[in-house]
Amino acid sequence: MADRFPSPFDIETPEGAEGWQEMYVYSSMFSPARKGFEDSMFWFQDGVHWPNVLTPWDATFFEFAIASLSQYNTRHLQVPPANGIAFRILNGYGYLSPVPADPATIEERVANFTDRAGHYFMNWDDLYDKWMVKIRDLVAELEGLQFEPLPEIEDADAVVKSGAGLGAGYHLQDNYHRLVSLGLKLWNYHFEFLNLGYAAYLDFFMFCKTVFPNIPDQAIAKMVAGVDVDLFRPDDELKRLARKAVENGVAEAFSAGDVEATCQILKGSPEGQSWIASFEESAEPWFNFSTGSGFYHQDKIWIENVEVPFEFIRNYIDKVQAGEDLNRPVEAIRAERDRVVAEYTDLLTSDEDKEAFQGKLGLARTVFPYVENHNFYVEHWSHSVIWRKMRQLGETFVKEGFWSDSDDIFYLKRTEVEEALWDYYNSWATPEAPAGPGYWPPIIEKRKGICDALAKWKPTPALGEPPEVITEPFTVMLWGITSESVNSWLGGGDAVEGELRGMAASPGVVEGLARVIFSPDQIGEIQEGEILVAPLTAPSWAPIFGKIQATVTDTGGMMSHAAIVCREYGLPAVTGTGFATTNLTTGQRIRVDGTNGTVTVLD
Amino acid sequence: MSSVVWFESYWHGVKPEVGGKGASLGEMTGAGLPVPPGFALTTTAFRISKEAVNLDAELALLLTDLDTNDTSMVEDRCRQIREAITKMPVDPQIEKELRDAYAELCRLASTDDVPVAVRSSATSEDSPDASFAGEHDTYLWIRGADAVVDAVRRCWASLFTDRATCYRAEMGYVHESVEMSVVVQKMVRPVSAGVAFTLNPSDGDRSQICIDSAWGFGEGVVSGEVTPDNFLIDKVLFEIGKRNISPKNHEFRLTDHDTVEKVETDEDRATAPSLTDAQIKAIATLAKAAEKHYGCPQDIEWAVDADLPDGGNVVLLQSRPETVWSKQQRGSTGGGSNGDFMASIVSTLMNPLHTQKH
Repeated sequence: MADRFPSPFDIETPEGAEGWQEMYVYSSMFSPARKGFEDSMFWFQDGVHWPNVLTPWDATFFEFAIASLSQYNTRHLQVPPANGIAFRILNGYGYLSPVPADPATIEERVANFTDRAGHYFMNWDDLYDKWMVKIRDLVAELEGLQFEPLPEIEDADAVVKSGAGLGAGYHLQDNYHRLVSLGLKLWNYHFEFLNLGYAAYLDFFMFCKTVFPNIPDQAIAKMVAGVDVDLFRPDDELKRLARKAVENGVAEAFSAGDVEATCQILKGSPEGQSWIASFEESAEPWFNFSTGSGFYHQDKIWIENVEVPFEFIRNYIDKVQAGEDLNRPVEAIRAERDRVVAEYTDLLTSDEDKEAFQGKLGLARTVFPYVENHNFYVEHWSHSVIWRKMRQLGETFVKEGFWSDSDDIFYLKRTEVEEALWDYYNSWATPEAPAGPGYWPPIIEKRKGICDALAKWKPTPALGEPPEVITEPFTVMLWGITSESVNSWLGGGDAVEGELRGMAASPGVVEGLARVIFSPDQIGEIQEGEILVAPLTAPSWAPIFGKIQATVTDTGGMMSHAAIVCREYGLPAVTGTGFATTNLTTGQRIRVDGTNGTVTVLD
Repeated sequence: MSSVVWFESYWHGVKPEVGGKGASLGEMTGAGLPVPPGFALTTTAFRISKEAVNLDAELALLLTDLDTNDTSMVEDRCRQIREAITKMPVDPQIEKELRDAYAELCRLASTDDVPVAVRSSATSEDSPDASFAGEHDTYLWIRGADAVVDAVRRCWASLFTDRATCYRAEMGYVHESVEMSVVVQKMVRPVSAGVAFTLNPSDGDRSQICIDSAWGFGEGVVSGEVTPDNFLIDKVLFEIGKRNISPKNHEFRLTDHDTVEKVETDEDRATAPSLTDAQIKAIATLAKAAEKHYGCPQDIEWAVDADLPDGGNVVLLQSRPETVWSKQQRGSTGGGSNGDFMASIVSTLMNPLHTQKH
């Protein structure tokens, strides 16, 4: 067994990907200037959020997200043991490294953290209400950003005579700057609460593990989990629309073939029109839902790819017609949660423990709605709007001849988009021909080739010096990285032939045929009763959870979005196996034990 | 009133009629603690049968001047009484009810002449809670209705063993005031058997049920001669958290002579789990019910009966309070009260998070 992972400096560039470094900002690279530090650290690839190659512009959210996390840990809250997380991009993939706080500063940090985090815990509901307002304002502001081609001449009244002194040329550039600023603001907001939410959850978690050393992780999650959760709302809306289609007598239209044919039929009747109106009502905001993690421009968003929700609705219509009740048994879920809490409380022997248990559970339940819901508001809704706006800008460049596809814009770094905008603005002002149409296409072409070459590279799960023991709480909670997973990446541990180990993310044992898929586009291949094996799953895959028996993922922890959704849907899940999509093949018979976190190949 | 009281139809009003053992088995059945099925023949059955032959007069004659210090006299008189009882005809109506009940038990077990235990269950009118435990006879592996009727008479007669007779005299009981019910209970023929604790014996975790199980009779598990399979079940979610399947190289099986002997286990069976998941959960349910019924952690013996139908074949043989962990009053975990919740959160973040994998 190896005792360390390869040095980032020894990782070779895949063939055809030469020059990949130019796609990213220099500070996100491993570099000789920081070699000493970089080689001394442990880096893991974040497959939970960024399982695929980052295109140049998509690296923006990788950088914004991790920097915001770091900023909150280090500068805002002073989480006692944990500074931020260093991030690097290697061969197109994101790597992270938690940076511990200097032990000498711990005392001061504890005092600061107690004061600052304590304020949040004491005023959580108020601050969370404010957060909701902030995030909705932010989305509204994003929605207001326009990226239209510049006019031949400015409007006389609105621009010139109004005395505004500013025209479309200025606004186009300003809007892009604002989009980028809003993106950073979004990620600041994201981490305003997230790690605090985890901390309170973790405190309850550790208390449970102290008083009940063998309590299943899922029991703890079950006691805390919310019943009405915004993250499940898109799926609830699909079900509502399926029921409405049946009630309105327009279900037939969904067997017409494609979306266009279906809509044609729907538009032909008042009932159908009323259904379309209903769909549009649900779509904003609930179908701003990505088929992926929300971090990639390629991820399909329901509202822009209505064939995705339509297909889910069609499946639900079949179930409604077969007499199935699609409603989540909310009352039963609540009653079960109350039973579980009451029984564990009864098992505690001292009044002090009972009081502590209730107090910690209360706080965990106060903070948990944020943990469950923020994902919809940030990664899905806000990101969807940003991708949409970026495409609008990309399209404007297409019209001006800079490149040929609106998505080509994502092959520019965020700073390069500024350069291109300057070029466009300046050439519009003069007027003269912009330089961009001659400059960008070969660069975009080359970068597409690099990304294709990088996509074929299987990122090494970790780099550098493995830690003695993984203690950083958020690393375990979010990324599912434990001493065991590190060990198994090194090729050691108690590995058993034909068996994969991961996080016991959602309980239950089932056997069935594996369906290995690598991207959301393959969702349609999944057959009834199969076991889904994927690098990771997104909350928006929930509609297929009625079809599959269990889920196995390469990445993710107890609190990863896949785990939360699987528990909600009562589907056994093993997350963070590391190698499921590599070691398993479609059609293989496997046993998934979501209670113990194992996957066994049966044939 | 029928002279037969099935365990499941027991209620406290019939307690004087069925004796201490009968009452305890009836209570357990009523509390969801599935003891092996059976019934009690009431004290009235014995009384009516006695009255039919005017036995009490004969007994009075033999008992009035009995000197318990005179062992040969005790021996002689008691033998005479016992002979009188074992030769006494059972009242025909009562005998019919007894035979019908036994036939019902056979039907329940889908077995002709199902082997039963026939146990004495004495009670005293004067002191209904008096314990006569161990004073009277028990007959195991009784097969067939005739043998059951005969064993019932022998149980009645065991009211007058030398020892029981002297014990009553010593304790100041009037002989005539002690009545005898007889319990007829199916003998368990275990597919597998073992013990269960309503806490995790390795760390005292009250949220767990720990089951040790092996093939055949539980003797090997109790004595430690067989390394049992071990299962850990969460008491609230009923998840099977851990399962260790051990090579069970020996098992205890019933011989043709109704004794239990240690034999080697076939290789396949040795490494196969001795319980199905459904059985594990049924045992856990039973153990949890026992803990609730007795109000403290329990240490139980259980078996899966080969004769009973699936879903009703897990039976409780014995339940006693767990003594090791229950005595230790675990202190509070500290840092938990609402006032210093931040201290607790800080300490959670500062302490190494132990792996969450099992």
